[in-house]
Amino acid sequence: MKYMLLMQFSEKNVDFPAIFEWKPEEIQAHIRFMKETNTALAASGELVDAQGLAMPDTARIVRSHSGGAPVVTEGPFPESKEWVAGWWIVDCETEQRAIEIAAEVSAAPGPGGRPINMPIEVRQVMAAPPTEV
Amino acid sequence: MTTHEPADPADLADAVDDLLRTLAPQVVGVLTRRYGDFAAAEDAVQEAMLAAATQWPKEGLPDNPRGWLVQVANRRMTEQVRSEQARRRREELVAAREPGDRRSAPGADAVFEGTGEEGAQDDTLALLFLCCHPALSPASAIALTLRSVGGLTTGEIARAFLVPEATMGQRISRAKRGIKASGGTFRMPDAAEFPARLDAVLHVLYLIFNEGYASSTGAELRRVELSREAIRLTRAVHALLPDDAEVAGLLALMLLTEARGPARTGPDGEVVPLAEQDRARWDAAAIAEGVALITAALPRGPVGPYQVQAAIAAVHDEVPSADETDWPQILALYGVLARISDNPLITLNRAVATAMVDGPAAGLALLADPPPELAGHHRLFAVRAHLHELAGEREAAIADYRAAARRTASLPERHHLSLCAARLAESAS
Repeated sequence: MKYMLLMQFSEKNVDFPAIFEWKPEEIQAHIRFMKETNTALAASGELVDAQGLAMPDTARIVRSHSGGAPVVTEGPFPESKEWVAGWWIVDCETEQRAIEIAAEVSAAPGPGGRPINMPIEVRQVMAAPPTEV
Repeated sequence: MTTHEPADPADLADAVDDLLRTLAPQVVGVLTRRYGDFAAAEDAVQEAMLAAATQWPKEGLPDNPRGWLVQVANRRMTEQVRSEQARRRREELVAAREPGDRRSAPGADAVFEGTGEEGAQDDTLALLFLCCHPALSPASAIALTLRSVGGLTTGEIARAFLVPEATMGQRISRAKRGIKASGGTFRMPDAAEFPARLDAVLHVLYLIFNEGYASSTGAELRRVELSREAIRLTRAVHALLPDDAEVAGLLALMLLTEARGPARTGPDGEVVPLAEQDRARWDAAAIAEGVALITAALPRGPVGPYQVQAAIAAVHDEVPSADETDWPQILALYGVLARISDNPLITLNRAVATAMVDGPAAGLALLADPPPELAGHHRLFAVRAHLHELAGEREAAIADYRAAARRTASLPERHHLSLCAARLAESAS
């Protein structure tokens, strides 16, 4: 079963500054953790995809507009305090295992080496229709 | 099929791969001439190559590998032709009704310049001109070039660009249809259109190299295989057009840039800027070859943007430490480049060179009123941050490094820029 683990950054629920304001060794420890996590997930045969997204500063929100040109709003969006920072897609035996992986990445190190406890949303990726046996 | 004594199986598989990829464009050329249908010929050769890639490493090389591929691909073509026989017969009927002089005029699909197996080398070039047809989007031209001329499989190209194989397959089919729709022909461009068409080819090779070097997507900064492939193809073009100074310039630029590859990333995949790279890890042989190429090309002229960029890369690569860089010469070369090329990023590099010669304030002054293409661009913030840092303007440097980090779409670069900001912030406290 495939699960998408969405790294849901939220300014409301965190008590630490943005990564750009961390100490150099804290940034490096965080990068290393992410790299090692992905290497381990690939080694266990569970990694399907892992991607980081550019910051919301460069985001656009597009809405079609009946009878006119689509409306494009450019970021940054000062009102939005939550954004998707990236995701993993993992292929694992049980939902329990997906939750376990989510818990691991949620504990990625932040300032002072403390876990950042970022919320990770675990969503099952929809599959093809079941075979009729 | 006769065999050579198989050596180490892994070595043999590599040797087969190299040979196949050299032969691929030649075989596509032969069949395109024979049938006048590039799209079908290209598909048939792809199947023949897959057959060879599984058979040859096990059974050994045939006596005439190129002949083998032509024969197998030819069989595929005839099967295809037979299945479309009714349609073909109609077309032949139409052709027979046409006056002789019209039949010998260039067809829609191909121009037959002689027959037989001669001209294999020119075929590679003619195929490049076809795959880099100006009617195609860069992404389509890149995919088609890698498959038809580079001899990569659709799956390999898809993996290199991190897209599903079916998507890449469609991109290649669409590229072929695009060539057909725009009347692209399998022949060398005539003298009048040659320079513009060659520019298009070099641009595609340059993009393939950059895709491998800078990697526009994903977390890995270097995707070595694409840059090597670009060098291999550019080398082939240089061998076919040895007197063209821009071809030599592009090859030199690639070699001189790729030479720094091993020093360009740190242990965690982060970017290491030129000034901080361990130059002992640069590839000395590639630098020597690049320097020799550009030294020979420049006096030949006419000077073009690839030669100037190669000359700049050579000035950087030839000194043992960043402190010894000949910045006045680099500044002069960027002046030349700005006159012959309108890329706004040149403004940024020129500002850096100006700062190194006349001080950071002079560099920053050049960026006070940036061209509109650069407004909000992460590279503008990154360069400004660097110049502020050189000027000792710590707060401004930190703000610009953070702004650049927020805007880049490259993860290794974001790491690097965040670290630059963090180190400066730490040095204050």
